[in-house]
Amino acid sequence: MSSAPPLASTPATPPTAPSGTPSTAATLARARRGPRRRRTAVVAALLVLFVSLVLVRALLGDYRVSFVDAVRILGGEQVPGASFVLLESTLPRAVMAVLAGAEFGAAGAAFQVLLRNPLASPDVLGLTHGASAGAVLAVVALGVRGTPVTLAALAGAVLAAVVILSQAGGRGGATDRMVLVGVALAAGLSALVHWMLLRASIHQAQDALVWLSGSLNTVTWADIGRLLALDAVLLPLLLLLAGRLPVLGLGDDLAAALGVRVTGLRVGVTLVVVALVASATAVVGPVAFVGFLSGPIARRLVPGRPSVGIAALVGAVVVVAADHVAAYAVPGTALPVGLVTGLLGAPVLLWMLRSRPASQEDR
Amino acid sequence: MTVTETPAPSAPPNPTGAPDGSRLAAHDLRLGYDGRVVVDGVTLELSTARTTAVVGPNGCGKSTLLRGLGRLLRPRGGTVLLDGDEIGSLPTREVARRLGLLPQQPVLPDGVTLLELVERGRHPHHGLFRTWTRVDEAAVAEALERTDLVELAGVAVDSLSGGQRQRVWLAMVLAQQTSVLLLDEPTSFLDIAHQLDVLDLVRTLRDDGTTVVMVLHDLGMAARYADHLVAMRDGRVVAEGTPHEVVTPEVVEEVFGVSALVVADPETGTPVVLPRRRVS
Repeated sequence: MSSAPPLASTPATPPTAPSGTPSTAATLARARRGPRRRRTAVVAALLVLFVSLVLVRALLGDYRVSFVDAVRILGGEQVPGASFVLLESTLPRAVMAVLAGAEFGAAGAAFQVLLRNPLASPDVLGLTHGASAGAVLAVVALGVRGTPVTLAALAGAVLAAVVILSQAGGRGGATDRMVLVGVALAAGLSALVHWMLLRASIHQAQDALVWLSGSLNTVTWADIGRLLALDAVLLPLLLLLAGRLPVLGLGDDLAAALGVRVTGLRVGVTLVVVALVASATAVVGPVAFVGFLSGPIARRLVPGRPSVGIAALVGAVVVVAADHVAAYAVPGTALPVGLVTGLLGAPVLLWMLRSRPASQEDR
Repeated sequence: MTVTETPAPSAPPNPTGAPDGSRLAAHDLRLGYDGRVVVDGVTLELSTARTTAVVGPNGCGKSTLLRGLGRLLRPRGGTVLLDGDEIGSLPTREVARRLGLLPQQPVLPDGVTLLELVERGRHPHHGLFRTWTRVDEAAVAEALERTDLVELAGVAVDSLSGGQRQRVWLAMVLAQQTSVLLLDEPTSFLDIAHQLDVLDLVRTLRDDGTTVVMVLHDLGMAARYADHLVAMRDGRVVAEGTPHEVVTPEVVEEVFGVSALVVADPETGTPVVLPRRRVS
């Protein structure tokens, strides 16, 4: 089925062939059915997984909250013990994991498609580390909290993006150079974060541990509110822009010939990605590998058409699951979520390299 | 053989409009990258519903000219007019509804099916919020029928051969349904059977009223399939006219630096070039 018949010199199609004959329509409908079914199945499975993981994360901690109690609590009732655990710990963490995971996943997938390079995710290119460095600087040196931290993270991410994009000039091989510069930048910024933390007081350093590997241990409802407000604008904007990404995937020239304003789209997507990454990193730190892996996993699940939405769902699922593991894998110790995603990320990456479909023999 | 029309190679008739129904025209067009000028003062009227082939040695600016005509490159001087309007002043999407361009090596996304790829050709016809209409469906169906690819619609494009892939790309630009089509070396890397496939398809498009401009390497194929030839060297047009006017030993020597014998194809009568030796 997948191997096409060897085509000998076919005569030109008869000019009298009427267009859109019923048989053609039927064939096209059949050709669409497979991918469409697969997509529906993937989205449904991810949604089920997503809802169950959120429930597990919110209800099945060290202190178990029954589903009935949870509904009562959310309805405004007070349940001794359960109310505190659900509302102050597990629920905000689950919600934040969803938001951050979706942000990292969507931003990573969009950037990889935009730059046509699977390595070009914001966490590999150092955008996350730029945001992290900005946030640490704000916390350690200026002693601020809340919105100023987000702004500092944004400034850091923007600076990192400017450094990387300044390498994109010229023709050909630009993304390779961007990736190399980005990796170097990420390493340098990571060192900077470490250095600033060494100079911080013990008390600050405990908080600032978030910025080293990414953690959900200190999430508050205020953080969530801030992130939700940004997401409400940024995610729909990204999904809207992402509608053009499949066309951009055909190369700059063909995309322009198909009516895409390539530079404008690049700038737009980059701005949204930087804002998404910065706002998530400002709260939970650089959660390793989520931005890098969500896109490729989504593309593996639904081949052909890059989907930022599915990548967002994958990111949310990964972070919620990883946070649950991080919180309860080692009894008595709350690991940072970034440690778990980092540990999971390496084998997943190796698996994806091994099972890479054998295509594009000649390029 | 009635050679009554005289194309007046280097006389810009009137730079403002398109009097003889020419939909695409360039006037004193200068194009380049960074500090380098690649196309240096080209004036062309591309006649409607005709196939024009641009020929010339490697690096003579053929592809660059095509990119300039398709407004992928901002001119450094001169103008490109599409239906009488300065092409750079038209909205990108509007241009893409009237003029299609197939680059030499487009990027093939991993795992994309043939149908999905061809559907992307409808992009210029959609607004910000995409909706798929009957018109889109009919355009895609027609493009697949013309390229004889209906049965392969569900197949992953990266599993196809190079010749079939080229037809897929052509189907994609056909789905765009533009009346002007620019093709950059549509037959390079193809065996002769697939070359004929592509060029026969181009001929039927021309017969249906599409204005085609293509860059070709093979002078024989260009002479056989194009109504009008443009020979370039060093960013300038050296000769322009019917195949018989352009494919002559003198022009071949001037353009390619090759001494050649030109004979008539016994079947079609079009000129065929037999290269003899290089004269630098």
